[in-house]
Amino acid sequence: MNEAGHEHSSENHSVVGSEQDRLTISRRWLLLKMGIALNAVVGVAITIPVVKYLFAAVKPDEEYKSWVSLGPVANFPVGETRLAKFTNPVRRSWDGETDGVACWVRRVAEREFQVFAINCAHLGCPVRWFPQSQLFMCPCHGGVYYADGSRASGPPERGLFPYEVRVVGDSVQIKAGEMPTLSNSASLVQLGGVKTDASKGDSPCRG
Amino acid sequence: MSRMKRVYSWLDHRLQLGKPLLEMAEHPIPNRTASWWYVFGSAAFTLLMLQIVTGILLALVYVPSAGEAWNSLNFLNHQLTLGWFLRAMHGWGSNFMVAVVLIHMAQVFLFGAYKYPRELTWTLGVFLLLMTLGMAFTGQVMRFDQDAYWGLGIGASILSRVPVVGGSLVHMMLGGPIIAGATLSRFFTLHVFVIPGLMLAFTFLHVWMVLKLGINEWPMPGRVVRRSTYMAEYHELTEKDGRSFVPGGVWKDAVFSAAIIAAVAVCAVVFGPFGPGGQPDPTIIQTVPKPDFFFLWLYAVLSYLPPNLETPFLLIAPVLGIAALLGLPFYASEGEKSWHRRPIAILALTTIAVSWGVLTHLGTYTPWSPHMDAWSGGPAIPARFLRTASPVEREGAVVFQAKQCRNCHSIGGYGGQRGPALDDVATRLTGDQLIRQVLQGGGNMPAYGKNLSPAEVTALVSFLQTLHPANEPSAADAAQSVTGH
Ligand code: FES
Repeated sequence: MNEAGHEHSSENHSVVGSEQDRLTISRRWLLLKMGIALNAVVGVAITIPVVKYLFAAVKPDEEYKSWVSLGPVANFPVGETRLAKFTNPVRRSWDGETDGVACWVRRVAEREFQVFAINCAHLGCPVRWFPQSQLFMCPCHGGVYYADGSRASGPPERGLFPYEVRVVGDSVQIKAGEMPTLSNSASLVQLGGVKTDASKGDSPCRG
Repeated sequence: MSRMKRVYSWLDHRLQLGKPLLEMAEHPIPNRTASWWYVFGSAAFTLLMLQIVTGILLALVYVPSAGEAWNSLNFLNHQLTLGWFLRAMHGWGSNFMVAVVLIHMAQVFLFGAYKYPRELTWTLGVFLLLMTLGMAFTGQVMRFDQDAYWGLGIGASILSRVPVVGGSLVHMMLGGPIIAGATLSRFFTLHVFVIPGLMLAFTFLHVWMVLKLGINEWPMPGRVVRRSTYMAEYHELTEKDGRSFVPGGVWKDAVFSAAIIAAVAVCAVVFGPFGPGGQPDPTIIQTVPKPDFFFLWLYAVLSYLPPNLETPFLLIAPVLGIAALLGLPFYASEGEKSWHRRPIAILALTTIAVSWGVLTHLGTYTPWSPHMDAWSGGPAIPARFLRTASPVEREGAVVFQAKQCRNCHSIGGYGGQRGPALDDVATRLTGDQLIRQVLQGGGNMPAYGKNLSPAEVTALVSFLQTLHPANEPSAADAAQSVTGH
């Protein structure tokens, strides 16, 4: 563009014009730079809200969590582990059935509960409870956990993810709202560790 | 006839595309590259076009909403005329595309095509491979069934292992705290707008460079690439021993592309569409999630890695792998192209291909997963194991079945493969060792100490002790035989 402009004007003004041309051209470059600068300013001004919009889903875990009822205490016989289902507190009307969440509720004693995430601590597959052998087994890579959620064998590095539990009046409640993963649940106490010691059965990490 | 010509020249006067296209068509290629080995790149391009067309046709009906996606897929499969066929074409097209892209990559690697001056062509190709895999993964999410749901869970769990920002990455990926409506929406955006858009741009540049720089010549041992002389040598070769790209080389591309599309269509008709499987209800836990074919190898790796190596592997290995692929043409931009002179390259390619094959094979029958229903659903313990059994031993067989031992241990050819088959366990372990193993576990076995009563342990072990072939004695403890115990 530069060269073309130069040729064009030199035809018209022959010798005299060359000094003037340089000025014209440098002025055009200056205007282009201004144009670019203007775009940069507008770009930044627009980028900020766009980035905020894009990252809107990134929130501290606590903002997603709230207390959810799993139903009356009587639904869970003492000494047994049962599947409970609830609707995730954070949901949208078009979630369909995906806003449902399942968890394993273990009633240890009259008013003592342990609630475990359905998600394997390895890579999140749904673990299944086998009352006969008192084990949780994972269908994906063969992770196994004891009744108290501690790791028994297989690829998981730790025990099942426990929810915070409380009993309010007649209902069992847990603090839920987020898919449990290592990034939001790993700070909790390691259940039973990686020891294979069978006598380890006390329940740490009570909600 | 002259009317056609007039229309053409009217158009070309305005489009100005005639000359550059003619140049491209007539550019000379080395005679030996007009070979069937060089058809995979164009086949990958054809498949990309097929995917775009079938994808658009599916998008006419598909509803990218977590609440409706699964229903709309079933509608396509069962209610809409030939909806199943388009889903099948798109699904099989995707499988073929991943395969062809991988073959194309292996071929250009083997032929040293990434060397000077085609480094950037390779680099863009690596990105195109990654995007193809990205399309395969996001495509599995579009199917929005149980496998898609738990596949997303696995993806999120892997991301959560990233130090410091893991939690934020999970929120970004899922679009919220759980896998739900927002998740499907963003994967739809990736699958339909972002990745295909990038792919088209990259493909254009990739093909542009192939046409402008010329196709890689057939590698000859001793014909060494040097930056200073290569271009001149290549032009000499195409002049002396070359032919025009159209029709000299391109007719094979055309034939192969047609064959590939026909193969996709045949597979679509014969095998039908993929899924959708069970509905994406996370509270239905009677499920055995499994990734699509091209991610089975990863499934196997994740099962076999020791727990403490897993996070480093998951986070570092992909970075290293991609860096190695991207860095390859810059590390080895000169030198021999012929596979006869590149033993390490051959070794590397063979190793990768064989391990991929083995891992994928393992992934198809998942020996590491317990068979969740083996204890209740399968055939009973064969009678031959129990014919001469005492009441205690029979009781032990009941314990064996009832306590889910069979989910991990097969007996009589049925059961899980997580642990060893127990048909002849008594020849390997003595009674004491069996007791110890049952009570304390070890290896990959949980400890059953707390979960069995002493009577059950006694019964179980006495049953296990009968498990040896009639002509083979059971294992004995050397120390016991010395003391005469
Ligand atoms: S997800 Fe449970 S063992 Fe891998």
